Amino acid sequence: MTIKQTFHKLGSPRSFDRLASILIPWFLSISVLLFATGLYGGLVYAPADYQQGDSFRIIYVHVPAAWMSMFCYVLLAASGAVTLIWRMKLADVVARAIAPLGASFTFIALFTGSIWGKPMWGTYWVWDARLTSELILLFLYFGFMALQAAIDDRKNAAKAGALLALVGVINLPIIHFSVEWWNTLHQGATVTKFDSPSIATSMLIPLLIMFAAFKTYFFAIMLIRARAELLWSERKAKWVCEHPEVRQ
Amino acid sequence: MMEFFEMGGYAVYVWSAFGLTTLVLVANVIFARHLLKRTKLQITGQIRREKRIGTTNK
Repeated sequence: MTIKQTFHKLGSPRSFDRLASILIPWFLSISVLLFATGLYGGLVYAPADYQQGDSFRIIYVHVPAAWMSMFCYVLLAASGAVTLIWRMKLADVVARAIAPLGASFTFIALFTGSIWGKPMWGTYWVWDARLTSELILLFLYFGFMALQAAIDDRKNAAKAGALLALVGVINLPIIHFSVEWWNTLHQGATVTKFDSPSIATSMLIPLLIMFAAFKTYFFAIMLIRARAELLWSERKAKWVCEHPEVRQ
Repeated sequence: MMEFFEMGGYAVYVWSAFGLTTLVLVANVIFARHLLKRTKLQITGQIRREKRIGTTNK
């Protein structure tokens, strides 16, 4: 099979549904294993920070959630581009599945950051560039979901959502570089810099495991949601009516 | 063991951060599964309805 044929087959709703239902249990179980390992590593194995004591352990949920909040947005915008350029139905389905997850990760990042800020900065919230741009990200996700819910015509909703997602991409470099461009209360990057990460290996490994856990979790839940969206949008199609999980 | 739960005096902050994260992640699993289940049921219902209309018209 050529690459083009493979791509075309993957793009067919029926193959996507079949592949997704195979992948979901795998992603879910790997994610559970990674969460167990990562939580043990972060809460028990990693030593307390010399400055922040045990409060630094919040990093193990805060940073993976923050990374995922941006990763989801990149995917949302990419599906937006595919929707606008190739009018691919699957891209719209995936975008709808991503948005609530992206919003959840953003909410976790903001909330855990706020809890972390209290003992370290002495305040739950400050309008600094990093925190404000991350809050804008949350509103972008809300905006996307509100648009999908408000526009009845599926094609128009997809187009409007895609446009919003693409315009909002401007916020991503702002979030990432905010700690360099402005004098923020939020600390600078420790892992994603060009020279070696300024974090001890015993602290970094659990963080990377937690990141992998969040990522596999994301794919599992995204695929469950995408299956639901796809089955519904294809409900008149023969393959859905004959689907073993739908047929009564 | 107590030392572990005390988190060096930061127990409130650490456990509330981890607790909230767990809550949001678990809720997402439940919502997603519910959405898929409900969607399947809706489609099954729709097929049944169409079958019924189809037979009465004949």
